[in-house]
Amino acid sequence: MTLFSKSISRRGALKGGIAAAAAIAAPSVLRAAEPPPVKVGILQPVTGALAMDGEFGRAGAELAIADINAAGGIKSLGGAKIEMVFGDARSNPEAGVQEVERMQSEGVAAIVGGFASPICLATTQAAARYDLPYIVDVGVSDQIIQRGLKNTFRFAPGFGICTQAAIQNLVRINDAAGKPAKTIALVHEDGLFGSGLAKLMQTELPKHGFEIIETIAIPTPSRDLSNVALRLRSLNPDLIIPSTYYGETVLLARTMQQQRVRPKAVYAVVNGAASNMRFVKEFPEAAENIMDVNHWHDPRNPKNADLQKRVLDAGKQWNYNTPLNYSCVLLLADAIERAASADRAKLIESITASTFDKHLMPYGPTKFEGGQNQGAAPVSTQVQKATIRVVYPEAFSDAKPVFPVRG
Amino acid sequence: MYSLPIVAEAMLNGLLTGAVYALIALGLTLVYGVLHIINFAHGAFLTCAMFAVWLAHSILGLDPYLAILPLTLIFFAIGYAVQRFVIGPASHGDDGNILLITLGLSIIIENALLAGFHSDTRSLSTDYSFNVFEVGPLLISQARLFGFIGAVIVTGLLWLLLARTDTGKAIRAVAKEKLGARLVGINVSHVFAVTFGIGCATLAIAACLLMPTFYVNPRVGGAFVLVAFTIVVLGGMGSITGALIGGLFIGVVESLCGLFLGESLGQIGIFLIFILVLLFRPTGLFGARA
Repeated sequence: MTLFSKSISRRGALKGGIAAAAAIAAPSVLRAAEPPPVKVGILQPVTGALAMDGEFGRAGAELAIADINAAGGIKSLGGAKIEMVFGDARSNPEAGVQEVERMQSEGVAAIVGGFASPICLATTQAAARYDLPYIVDVGVSDQIIQRGLKNTFRFAPGFGICTQAAIQNLVRINDAAGKPAKTIALVHEDGLFGSGLAKLMQTELPKHGFEIIETIAIPTPSRDLSNVALRLRSLNPDLIIPSTYYGETVLLARTMQQQRVRPKAVYAVVNGAASNMRFVKEFPEAAENIMDVNHWHDPRNPKNADLQKRVLDAGKQWNYNTPLNYSCVLLLADAIERAASADRAKLIESITASTFDKHLMPYGPTKFEGGQNQGAAPVSTQVQKATIRVVYPEAFSDAKPVFPVRG
Repeated sequence: MYSLPIVAEAMLNGLLTGAVYALIALGLTLVYGVLHIINFAHGAFLTCAMFAVWLAHSILGLDPYLAILPLTLIFFAIGYAVQRFVIGPASHGDDGNILLITLGLSIIIENALLAGFHSDTRSLSTDYSFNVFEVGPLLISQARLFGFIGAVIVTGLLWLLLARTDTGKAIRAVAKEKLGARLVGINVSHVFAVTFGIGCATLAIAACLLMPTFYVNPRVGGAFVLVAFTIVVLGGMGSITGALIGGLFIGVVESLCGLFLGESLGQIGIFLIFILVLLFRPTGLFGARA
């Protein structure tokens, strides 16, 4: 008994073989027509305490990837599309590291994001083990780029640059107004960020003729800042410099308004609220005229207005993280384009040599030294008529500073 | 050093803040006094109540003070249901289980709030949020003074409820002798649920009094609940007057320590008192001496 009614002929077998080979070969023909996508890891905390900021960042990265792909992808790779591998850092460094490991196993060419300094510190190190290029978006701690990791690049200004710029801008704004401000009270949160900043201010500001008459450390969270307002009222400083997180800034601004603390200006540095439209919308009176030195988009670049419209049309909120992450992804795409490769070593070389200037931030062309973009700088903003305006430097400003706010 | 008006104003600020602390501690001490459980979900319920006030204001345009009545009733019902249908049945009569359940509840509530509201900090602004009464050199925040008055009234009402009404008598009976109360026909699990409901209702009032000057985010309850625990220990576990006086005292201590030692160290005073009370008077200032 035979299994087949007819035995398979030699010719038949040959025909079948050719057909099978053709069938297997067909996808590779298709693949040749469309090059394999370049996988890019986007890491943001979109759950947990930092979820709000993570979403701002994610929106920027997603829009950038969509725009790059719509414009024909990476041309030097035959129009390869960018494929996002998204990772949720769940607002803590351990989860961030887990996501880096997952991205590594999925074969990403590079990672963009991180947001918070502790997350960036841990995830850049995890990526360094695989020589995986990593573009840090926000993370302001200078430790992130001081460890000599070859894979780590920070597009935005760090803590040191921000503080320097804050002092320089303050001196210029004060000089231009005829030096009305002489005495300063610092109000800072008592963690790493606020204490570090206060220390720098205490040593630097007296060199420019300012007198620090009080330094007040406050805990996070604070339940009541009436006493702080009370002390500020009795000291009556010309300037108040708060370095606090969102909740405490809101509380301080409200209590100061209530207790009639009226300094010549409130000049915040990398503040949690003063550059946040939510604060401005909820407390137009308390927020009016508050200045801040922070990350902000370039108001003179029309692309920002377009991007902002798309973000708002999608029912999302706009914050600096959105154009910042949009720019980071463009910067990476440019590096892949110039390297004509998704090879990690070539990408690191390409990012190091980058002079990218088509981003949306008020920076000069990108120039990495030791991983830090030397072209990056914060701007001075001020809440004027319930919107946030850039008042300094002039090259990017869309309003003149109101200073002193009260004679 | 500071001038007299500044010290006086700091003390006044302490009293005003302390009154709200007392109100938050009131529910905690009541639940401890009757159910003999330490409610770890107290802070999470407070956060819920604060979000409820914020929602009522931003969606319905309801003034926080007008929201007191509906929210008190709603939170009483929530507290009643949680004790009757979750904590009670799940504990199987074991206090250790209750601790874990309330801890679990607090984690669930916090994360549900995070999922629903994200980690944004929100606040509301009313016409009187920034108003002050001027008394000589002192500027007294209207909203905080209303908070103080509200806290004193609620404490008084709660005391009356416990002292003069049948429900109050039943609560006190259950607190003293659970088995005996059951034998004379008191529905113990109903009384437990009512007590827990009252505990939650006081939090709703506290939230309404706090929101005109404070902010809310999914973790905000934690900022108050540790102080509330200290007040409960200081005032005597289960003592209503103890909670009020303890709250006012802690408020003043925190305020003066903040003024003289620096705002960050203000809280040292609270924990110092906590340790001293545990060392020298473990039953608290107004606790049972038995």
